[in-house]
Amino acid sequence: MRIVCRPITFITLFFTLMFSVVANAKSDNPQHSDEGAVDTQEEVTEYILHHIKDSHDFHLFSYTNSEGARKHVGFPLPVIVWSSKGPVAFMSSAFHHDDSGKVIVEKGGTRFVKVHSKIYELGSGAAGVSFDEAHHPTNAHSVLDLSITKSVFGILLVGLFMLWAFSSLARQYKDKQIPTGFGRVLEPLVLYVRDEIARPNIGDKHYRKFTGYLLTVFFFIWVMNLLGLTPLGFNVTGQLAVTAALAIFTLIIYTVSGNKEYWGHTLWMPGVPVLIRPVLAIIEVAGHFLIKPFSLLVRLFANISAGHIVVMSLIAIMVTMKASMGAFGATTLSFVLSFFITLIEVLVAFLQAYIFTMLSALFIGMAVAEHEHH
Amino acid sequence: MEQLLNDFSPGLFIMQTILFLGLIFLMVRFAWKPIIKSLDEREEGIQSALDAAENAKKEMQNITADNEKLLKEARAERENMLKEARELKEKMIGDAKEQAEVEAGKMIKQAQASIETEKQAAIADLKKQMATLSVDIAEKVVRKELSADSKQLALVEEMLEEVTLN
Repeated sequence: MRIVCRPITFITLFFTLMFSVVANAKSDNPQHSDEGAVDTQEEVTEYILHHIKDSHDFHLFSYTNSEGARKHVGFPLPVIVWSSKGPVAFMSSAFHHDDSGKVIVEKGGTRFVKVHSKIYELGSGAAGVSFDEAHHPTNAHSVLDLSITKSVFGILLVGLFMLWAFSSLARQYKDKQIPTGFGRVLEPLVLYVRDEIARPNIGDKHYRKFTGYLLTVFFFIWVMNLLGLTPLGFNVTGQLAVTAALAIFTLIIYTVSGNKEYWGHTLWMPGVPVLIRPVLAIIEVAGHFLIKPFSLLVRLFANISAGHIVVMSLIAIMVTMKASMGAFGATTLSFVLSFFITLIEVLVAFLQAYIFTMLSALFIGMAVAEHEHH
Repeated sequence: MEQLLNDFSPGLFIMQTILFLGLIFLMVRFAWKPIIKSLDEREEGIQSALDAAENAKKEMQNITADNEKLLKEARAERENMLKEARELKEKMIGDAKEQAEVEAGKMIKQAQASIETEKQAAIADLKKQMATLSVDIAEKVVRKELSADSKQLALVEEMLEEVTLN
């Protein structure tokens, strides 16, 4: 029994929909007839580490057909890179699912290879990519990769979903006071973010300005986290780049909206001995520019990545314990454990969205707070 | 740490920043603003409806209080009127009684006076009649005696009998 399909055992409507639309199976490289198969402990580790990274094509699953050829089901995504010769765009299918730098794509006068989900531009004259001991390419340099990767695709998908869902809720209010259908589910969530996150943390006077940002962040993270639990295998909120961008948004907002009093307290803390003030200022500035954004970005990244790794590891029990427990025992154990951990992950998906939004609101609230003078 | 930094994709960072900025802008423009506005309007509507209900309740209470006051006043008035009427009645009865007593006393007095007069008259009359009768009897006795003693006695007897019959 070969476990080659996507990690999580949810069968969603979306999954079948995607499958029927994009079932463009391709066979390639007969010499790699087992490519993508996950049968051993090492392969499982490799697979999980590969999964939590971004990827350049949307891969659903692979299988070996009756002729022994390896089939990959999924669809390619556009690769857009800024090379030494300017912007170059091509479809990721040009790499033929290669991720080890063996396939060289010639486009726009330069040559590209893909190694561990990263695209490198080969140096001129190099016949193939060579690696040092740490497996970093030595004769190729990385390029600015603005591809529509799987994560960018996910971001677009969630963005469009949010736009559709909430603008339809907004339209409902034109002719009725109480929304119906899906809007009835969304309205309490909007109210929740406004009344339980934005208002109490920022204060009645200023919260309106920031509600739009907080609502966007909350729903973006939550839907993204939930999408990560589907078998589509998105891991967007587990990408450091994504969480860093979100944290920097919050950083910019509370830096820009910080009032005189906040900066006064940050840079020259009143009410403490003058000698201590510079020390406190260093701590406060570090807190403002480093600790607060890092607490946001690392928490979200680590929680979601860890969740994905745990769920996939538990599913991998099916493979790794098959020898000692038998196919049925290993599958049952794997199913039970991954089922419960997935339930917990559904809770974590909400919790992380809540915490990120809540802390953002708290930081903004600290920056705009107007203290009673004492 | 190096692995993490290696995994950090600047391209994805840029894409996320651009897309998220666009998403915030579009969401605020097409979703959050109209939604929050409608929710605020609805909340205001609910608040004003509640206020109106509260006001109506207060007004109602005022009206009830007014009614109660009016009712109380009316009741007091009625009580007063009844009291007055009762007093008037009692006074009238008392007056009437007094008058009747006075009248009755007067009448009794009159009656007594007239009885007295009648009595006096009757007594005078009786006296007169007795005198006449006595004179008559005496006359007759005197007359009879002159004829025969026995007859005179019989006559007296007869006379006396007559007197008793009278």
